Amino acid sequence: MGVVQSYRLRLQRKRWRIRAFRKRRELRAVSDRTGQIKRDDILLFSTQRNEKIRLPYFLKYYRDIGVDHFLIVDNDSDDGSLEYLMKQPDVSVWYTRKSYKRARFGVDWLNWLQWQHGHGHWNVVVDPDEFLVYPFCDTRPLRALTDWLDASSIKSFSAMLLDMYPKGRIDAQPYAEGQNPLEITSWFDSGNYMIEKNGKFGNLWIQGGPRARMFFRDKPEAAPALNKVPLVKWDRKYTYVSSTHMLLPRGLNLVYDEWGGEKASGVLLHTKFLDTFTAKAQEELERKQHYAASMEYKAYAESLSQNPDLWCKWSEKYINWRQLEILGLMSKGNWA
Amino acid sequence: MNAAMLHHGSVGIVMLVHTALDRAEEVARHWYAAGCPVVIHCDRNTPKADYAAFREALSDLPDILFSRRHKCEWGTWGIVAATQEASELMLAQFPAVRHVYLASGSCLPLRPVQELIDYLAERPRTDFIESATTADVPWTVGGLDEERFTLRFPFSWRRHRKLFDRYVAIQRAVRFRRRIPNGIVPHMGSQWWCLTRQTLSAILQDPERATYDRYFRRVWIPDESYFQTLARQYSTNIESRSLTLSKFDFQGKPHIFYDDHLQLLRRSDCFVARKIWPFADRLYEAFLTTPEGAMSRTEPNPGKIDRIFAKAVERRTRGRPGLYMQSRFPNDGWENGTTSGLYSVFQGFAELFENFEPWLAKVTGARVHGHLFAPDRVDFGADQTVINGALCDSAAIRDYNRKAFLTSLIWNTRGERQCFQLGPEDIPGPRTKPGKELDLDLSWLLARDPNAQISVISGAWAVPLFKSNRNFAEIRAEAAKLQKIESEHLDVLRSPYSKARIRIWTMADFIENPMEPLQTIIDEIGHKTLRRLAEAPKMADLTGFGQFLQNLKNQGMHPYLMGDFPVVGEPVGLQGNKPRKPYLVQ
Repeated sequence: MGVVQSYRLRLQRKRWRIRAFRKRRELRAVSDRTGQIKRDDILLFSTQRNEKIRLPYFLKYYRDIGVDHFLIVDNDSDDGSLEYLMKQPDVSVWYTRKSYKRARFGVDWLNWLQWQHGHGHWNVVVDPDEFLVYPFCDTRPLRALTDWLDASSIKSFSAMLLDMYPKGRIDAQPYAEGQNPLEITSWFDSGNYMIEKNGKFGNLWIQGGPRARMFFRDKPEAAPALNKVPLVKWDRKYTYVSSTHMLLPRGLNLVYDEWGGEKASGVLLHTKFLDTFTAKAQEELERKQHYAASMEYKAYAESLSQNPDLWCKWSEKYINWRQLEILGLMSKGNWA
Repeated sequence: MNAAMLHHGSVGIVMLVHTALDRAEEVARHWYAAGCPVVIHCDRNTPKADYAAFREALSDLPDILFSRRHKCEWGTWGIVAATQEASELMLAQFPAVRHVYLASGSCLPLRPVQELIDYLAERPRTDFIESATTADVPWTVGGLDEERFTLRFPFSWRRHRKLFDRYVAIQRAVRFRRRIPNGIVPHMGSQWWCLTRQTLSAILQDPERATYDRYFRRVWIPDESYFQTLARQYSTNIESRSLTLSKFDFQGKPHIFYDDHLQLLRRSDCFVARKIWPFADRLYEAFLTTPEGAMSRTEPNPGKIDRIFAKAVERRTRGRPGLYMQSRFPNDGWENGTTSGLYSVFQGFAELFENFEPWLAKVTGARVHGHLFAPDRVDFGADQTVINGALCDSAAIRDYNRKAFLTSLIWNTRGERQCFQLGPEDIPGPRTKPGKELDLDLSWLLARDPNAQISVISGAWAVPLFKSNRNFAEIRAEAAKLQKIESEHLDVLRSPYSKARIRIWTMADFIENPMEPLQTIIDEIGHKTLRRLAEAPKMADLTGFGQFLQNLKNQGMHPYLMGDFPVVGEPVGLQGNKPRKPYLVQ
């Protein structure tokens, strides 16, 4: 990479940071418990809007694997989720009614919070419907992973988005608050992913899965990106560029090996396709607050009205991380 | 337990600690309780308050001693200095000590300490220290082996990597070489040793020690070479291995043990293991608090640990061939196999034989697809729209990333041989890549894959045209196009860069004696039945094909890929007008 491009990326990183700094004014702390954060704590950052029904299990899942503190931006919820979050002893909440889209889908807000509170900590950045699975997650807490990453001088950890879906119509099984969503969305596509390298940022661009198979059959180039780097040993200088798909400086995107080996990686189980999804898709379509003019949601709305069954004969039923490893969706790398 | 008894312990433990002091305390107590005198060195980088609390916590055990603190940075002299001083303290304060065992705060005794004491008592003159010459060890970080001893290393590798590298480069450029004092031969090995009083004191009280110290102070990673080298000077009986089980990954970092390694460690048959994750509660509980936990006399199986960690290194450096995923995306040429398994590509067979696909499936037991790369739809055969891995039949998705499609297909069907048909009509024309006559990426992808078995009957694409009910002008144009594509495709297959197993026949050659090549191909696929082929696929009726080709020629097109067909009568091997019987090879 030339000096010029390197410098351009540096400028771009600065621009995102300035933007995050300016967007700080959109956030109002409604429950600031960040004083509790200790030196080595693992922090989780998230943006949510009207996810009350999902939050209890979400918080439980991440507490169980060892997240110490949650920093959540509430984007104008009216379903009581804000009040729910304010009551949690390990959650700090910021409120905003400003545009999600104009905050670059929440990235600016979280970049700011991470700048302020994430420095020197391992940061998990996920949505309330994403569940991090990493090698040995059934026997080792998240801290075992971050300690190992620290010891190996690795600063960022890849976890590709794996779309989970139910068998049958999406709205067939109602989801109850506190329930493990994987009980319903327990299926996934195991081997239809397409990868390309992004020359500019150095990250991999992964597409495929049930959404490409069902909603983007004829225009796969528009299928959503599945590559994610949700776990980073944060430094004030860092910034997410586009959702958690890529970061700057670009070295953080080098979560893959280019010489034939496998680096350690995990998976974000994406439990978007619950019965709540149909209503959500409709709402998002009206709000037009999502990526690429909510094209994704338009595609969903079209297909969903017809036959929303993402399941097929070759769908895999989720068992555990070892299964995902054997299928080649994630890797232990040299962690043993 | 009384202090007097401690003073008579024959195995002294020197512990180097820097973090997780609570665990270090537990382990120190464990050694102490078994009657081993303990000297602890705590890194000076550890915060004062933590250190004070640590000493305070152990203050009820008066015979645990603390040596003067040094700064211990990885790869530097500090660790050796700390070891020296702690060892001197041990030898001076505990005259009964016969063996000194160097351990760290993250070491965990796996077998009862008494077994270690007995083991060493039976070998009173043996020094357990891994010690090999630089030529004999594969594990070197940063590509430095012999140069560790002949260059100087004043800069930290961890903190000032650039300075470190640059200084090494400069020294190489000016051919700087340090003199190794007194002709000692540098040896390297695990930092964790167990030396006899005689050997250790000889090293520490050597009149030349100042010389050696001065030399090793600027050697890189002296903790892996100082004692290892000098022990060779004095020891009468070196057993070149470490009693501490310690595994290193490909970057020279120690592997860490967790709770889920409990069974593995129990069966390892080793005295001490490192490094233990400080939060591995079950391990500490099993080996430190319950005496029978450590004893567990199951069949020792130390090899299993080796295998697990060797596999981890293999996975990190070589990976799984043919897998492309979020954390393995090899550069061109570094795939270590483009695909994950053998597969066969057939070109022209389905055109020449009417029932080729079912026939092939029957004789080989392999999974036979139609034209996977057909322009309109992926033909998985048997009217399937989705196959293994939820790979779907959308041509748009396939063409969006053909390599991903092919490698996914082969990966998803590991263990089952895949066969598919290919033809010139599957190779995309100029539409997809502007500026290029043809998009030959697919041809190259297949040709360069050693796992591909590609069999081509050139010119067989003319058979469907010959059978078709289209206007001749159209046929002529189509034939010209297909011939051009196939010809370029064949050029790729014949290029010196192709690595696939490739066989090409002209159609004329092939039909002269079809069974022999078929037999060869089937044999190579290697289905269990070793019987000769009993049944041949049914060949299309080619009566009049020669005339058809002649007509193309008369129209100014020159069909040549199919070889020579006589205009009148039948091609050789096809004589006789009755419906052809299968040709049997006995």
